[in-house]
Amino acid sequence: MRKTSKTMKRVYGGLLMAATISLGACNGAPKDGPPPQAVSLDTVGSGMHVTDDSGAIAGKGIFDRMCVGCHSVGGGPRVGPDLAHIGEKRTTEWLKEWMKDPMAMVAKDADAKAVYEKWNKVPMPPQGLTDTQVNQVFAYIAANSGPAKTPVLTMTDTNGLPVNLGAGGSKDGDFGPPQGPEIEAVLTSPPFVPPAPDRDYPAKVIVHLEVLELVKPISDGVDYTFWTFGGTVPGSFVRVRQGDTVEFHLNNHPDNKMPHNIDLHAVTGPGGGAASSFTAPGHSSRFTFKALNPGLFIYHCATAPVGMHIANGMYGLIMVDPPEGLPKVDREFYVGQGDFYTTGKYREKGLQPFDMQKAIDENATYVLFNGAENALVGDNALQAKVGETVRIFFGNGGPNLVSSFHLIGEIFDRVHIEGGSRIQENVQTTLVPSGGSVIVDFHLEVPGTYVLVDHSIFRAFNKGALGLLVVEGEPNLAVYSGKEVDEMYLGDKAGGGPADRDAVIDAAAAAAEGKLTKELQVAAGELLYKGTCSTCHQHKGQGIPDVFPPLAGSDYLLADSKHAIAVVLNGLTGPITVNGNNYNSVMAPLSNLNDDEVAHILTYVNNAWGNKGARVLPAEVKDVRANTPRAPGAAH
Amino acid sequence: MIAALALLPLFALTTFGPDETNELVAEVMVGPSSFKLMYPAPNEPDTVFVAAFLFDASPVTNAAFLAFVRANPEWRSDRIAPVRADEAYLSQWLSPEELGPPGPHNGPDQPVTRVSWYAAKAYCKALGKRLPTEHEWELAAAADETRVDARQDPEFQGRVLTWYSRPNSAGLPDVGNGVPNKWGARDLHGLVWEWVSDFNNTMVTGDSREKDSPDKTLFCGAGTLAAADGGDYASFMRYAMRSSLAGRFTTRNLGFRCAHTPNTTPRKGLERR
Repeated sequence: MRKTSKTMKRVYGGLLMAATISLGACNGAPKDGPPPQAVSLDTVGSGMHVTDDSGAIAGKGIFDRMCVGCHSVGGGPRVGPDLAHIGEKRTTEWLKEWMKDPMAMVAKDADAKAVYEKWNKVPMPPQGLTDTQVNQVFAYIAANSGPAKTPVLTMTDTNGLPVNLGAGGSKDGDFGPPQGPEIEAVLTSPPFVPPAPDRDYPAKVIVHLEVLELVKPISDGVDYTFWTFGGTVPGSFVRVRQGDTVEFHLNNHPDNKMPHNIDLHAVTGPGGGAASSFTAPGHSSRFTFKALNPGLFIYHCATAPVGMHIANGMYGLIMVDPPEGLPKVDREFYVGQGDFYTTGKYREKGLQPFDMQKAIDENATYVLFNGAENALVGDNALQAKVGETVRIFFGNGGPNLVSSFHLIGEIFDRVHIEGGSRIQENVQTTLVPSGGSVIVDFHLEVPGTYVLVDHSIFRAFNKGALGLLVVEGEPNLAVYSGKEVDEMYLGDKAGGGPADRDAVIDAAAAAAEGKLTKELQVAAGELLYKGTCSTCHQHKGQGIPDVFPPLAGSDYLLADSKHAIAVVLNGLTGPITVNGNNYNSVMAPLSNLNDDEVAHILTYVNNAWGNKGARVLPAEVKDVRANTPRAPGAAH
Repeated sequence: MIAALALLPLFALTTFGPDETNELVAEVMVGPSSFKLMYPAPNEPDTVFVAAFLFDASPVTNAAFLAFVRANPEWRSDRIAPVRADEAYLSQWLSPEELGPPGPHNGPDQPVTRVSWYAAKAYCKALGKRLPTEHEWELAAAADETRVDARQDPEFQGRVLTWYSRPNSAGLPDVGNGVPNKWGARDLHGLVWEWVSDFNNTMVTGDSREKDSPDKTLFCGAGTLAAADGGDYASFMRYAMRSSLAGRFTTRNLGFRCAHTPNTTPRKGLERR
């Protein structure tokens, strides 16, 4: 028999696979190896019910002598991986083949090779166990693995994209020690985002983040002393993968006046790092943490008074990608909202100091995206193209206000609610807590300018919470047509229901046959007069004294028929005299009425209420329409 | 030609800084007074009695510190032991014993900065004085022009906070230009942070949201919860600043002034210590 693994000097690694073998499947005493030990259930260690029949007790004996130097069952990774639940990951046949000769397996099986490389290429020698012994070890592992893990739901949306992203909580997020070369983190300034990590193992990532206190414009002609991470508000974007070990350096520039520290919401540990990063100006602090939970997390300074440090702009985002990564999109942007408090009023010029009382009262002077009123407008607007899928990593640094984040003209197709692992779909406006975040994905179909707002809408239009996304590309009229028609709407003045339209319909039918009579015109005109002209000139054509002239017996009307047509089409303003009375009012142009309608109306007024005036034909109206200019803004 | 050459030696003779005898700097008497503490220790009463002490009216200048360094060359920036000061010690000066042409931080009448606690202590000791204690300094700084304790006045706090939020780009003004407070001391606010002898007395933790009681950590966001007056952010930030320091640290905005107990005579001039 081989010596106990504890005395082995060389370190072996590799993967020992076990199938989920039902208890009791293995039978009989081993052919070689130690006889089954007469031990009680307790010595098996799992507390689970184990029968001798399964061979798990014998398996424990073998495991404790030969495997425990490199492997554990439920005790975390050692030289080799933790073998708990291994039967849920690999088939029995695969594991048995591996056990026979691991390195031969590595040479010919891609999965085995990947495992070998992942575990630092430490070879595992063949153990020389019989089939029975192998089964006993497998049984022991199965008995000690604890209950089978509930499979993570793998629902997908209708596009096949997952709706649960990221491996559970922190207990599932420790993927072991960092592997591979150390990585110097790529940090970006807003609105840009670093590329997603492109590896399938946890690594060590080194972050250098600098604190800079500097004066910058917060609005046109208004300056503010910002305290920043990396010189921007929000601060530099940090991106790592779940399970990464992050070595964090916080550098407080010597020109700064204040001490600072950092609390990253991605950190599991006191203060989120703040307890370990308190740094005087001209100094640097370092601490290391493991990113156990996936998600999009705020970071911020936590030096007292914390509210003031945050209000001055000390926040940013750290993204911990789930191990499987996020679905691919065409563009990713970084936007951070914050509320700002100045002693001067909104847009009052000059260098504005921070106002502590307003901050306590939560009476914000500015509510801004990316730290300035013009941060995302004009030349700084975000850009994209029709047909692209865009992702926004959105953080709300606060210090006080919750955001109702909305993109005017678009709907968020996928929303990582609160920056976490569950996806909601088809959301118009999403709530982002102060000190929280959200990730939104949306597909663009129509070109135009889309507006990012906090839908607590006075913040958007009176405090600056507004940004632009300009989308270029071909119009898509089927999805959005733009304005098609702008026409008059008369409401209830348009003259009753379908039955009342008979006279107009009859006149139109007769005109089509060339049989339009004056009587038909008068009938149609009477109908059309109601609700259009009667509003001002009244039902009996009497007008309103000193305001609207009468039509009944009107010398002005009956004097010149062609002039009357022009007045109806083009309107009339200025002083006139009707029947000896002066009027100086405004008649709106009614060129939206067609030739027939104008002709019928005028024929009616010319012959109603005792008037003895001319009949007016549509052709005459057409002639006047063509030969007189329209009023500005009037229809043709 | 010869006349021009004759002018040359005149430049070599010009020196910077005060003369070596260093006349006594103006002092004011502060206290005796009771003083309500910002951060009483767990078993300490929240009001202390501060005995009267003599206090420099304004911070120590570059010129005065230069005189000290000349008389005590072991405190030169090129000779000082690293344990007593970090690499930025007196880096605003042109050379270890020269201020250089006046700039934003090295003018002779500007407060000396980039000095460590050890260096500040040594300077005061050379004059037969000492650094003020935190209680003494805070007592002196609590006053405005007319009141001994103006800390409750939001307007006073606001003035102090405004200085904290102003950027560093401008140079330091000369000392002595501030308006004297009720005790006659100037420039306690609005000029530089100042060392005190027991600067790490009040250990604000690195995470300012927890202090003493674990329950208080539940309230994220204000270490001021442990402070006697949570609204006095201005004082609070000084305590926070001091607790970020260690004895050898220097910063661009950190200077000091000296104090001494009455009935002890400070020395005229700077003797070797």
